[in-house]
Amino acid sequence: MTPLKISIAGACASVLLIIVVLELIRSRRLRERYALLWLATGVVLLALSLWRSGLNTIADWFGVRGYPPAVLFAVGVLFILLVLLHYSTVISKLADQNVILAQRLALLEERLSESSRAPAS
Amino acid sequence: MIEAAELKRIAIVPALNEERSIAGVIAEIRAFDPGFEIVVIADGSVDRTPEVAAAHGAKVVRLPFNLGIGGAVQTGFRYAHEHGFELAVRVDGDGQHDPQELPEILAPVLAGEADICVGSRFALRAGEGSFRSTRTRRLGIRILAGVVSMLVRRRVTDPTSGFQALNRHAIRLFAADYPHDYPEVEATVMCFRHRLRLVEVPVRMRERAGGSSSITAVRAIYYMVKVLLAIFVGVFRRNVVLMEEK
Repeated sequence: MTPLKISIAGACASVLLIIVVLELIRSRRLRERYALLWLATGVVLLALSLWRSGLNTIADWFGVRGYPPAVLFAVGVLFILLVLLHYSTVISKLADQNVILAQRLALLEERLSESSRAPAS
Repeated sequence: MIEAAELKRIAIVPALNEERSIAGVIAEIRAFDPGFEIVVIADGSVDRTPEVAAAHGAKVVRLPFNLGIGGAVQTGFRYAHEHGFELAVRVDGDGQHDPQELPEILAPVLAGEADICVGSRFALRAGEGSFRSTRTRRLGIRILAGVVSMLVRRRVTDPTSGFQALNRHAIRLFAADYPHDYPEVEATVMCFRHRLRLVEVPVRMRERAGGSSSITAVRAIYYMVKVLLAIFVGVFRRNVVLMEEK
């Protein structure tokens, strides 16, 4: 059985994560689009922390003997990896868009200086 | 009742890749009222939408990459606000919004009864069948309509409709703050929080004239979850401070 203290600590940490994420959305510092994975992380970790016999069952499936809360950490790490991978794709997209913006701006500047040098008659 | 002809008016036409339908949409808006300035927002189009629109006499704003419908439509509202337009309609470039329905949508705004009037596919006119669509989409819209109606404490039948007419108060609000991705549901709740009067009128919508809907099955679920999260969190959000009146 998962030690009660770990269960309580895990639940508190998960609830805190969910509250922080919701507050970040509310104050417009985090877009809903990027919050969903964090919320999913919080909800799954909360469920696993509170559902102590369930954590044991899952630990058994994976052959984790002796210390079931290890599954809690494994799931946490898995979600963090997912979030990081997601961010990598987001950063890649931002980088692409940044290139397009810089090119557009440079072309516009060129066109502006061109038209100021040869004013329309 | 104000006459539309007295107002500086704009038709905002968001378009992705709609080269087959955009010319028809422009022609129909012009046939309805040539006094509308037609601004096509080409949202990162990769086909000939911007060229076709320009060739048919519309102003074309090209976004350098796809911003999604929310970002595209807000570009239109910003344009309208900066150029001092007093009346705006939004007509999607895919042809599903029939400009012949514009008089219905404009009437409550011109009568001063609404700041924003939305064409609803589900508010029935006598003797007409409801909007035909896939069952899942209708169910999705019904769920969203239920949640929105609860939050704003009055019945909203079609919170996902983008077929809208707006006065300058609504233009000013949406120029300052407009939701991302699929914006209409959140925008409906925003209107009530900012005490704008939103009225629905029944309209028919057409089948898409070209292109394909941007909402696929997987996206639909993501959309539902995201929008529900956004409107629930939005309830606890402070309102934006609006820009200076032009």
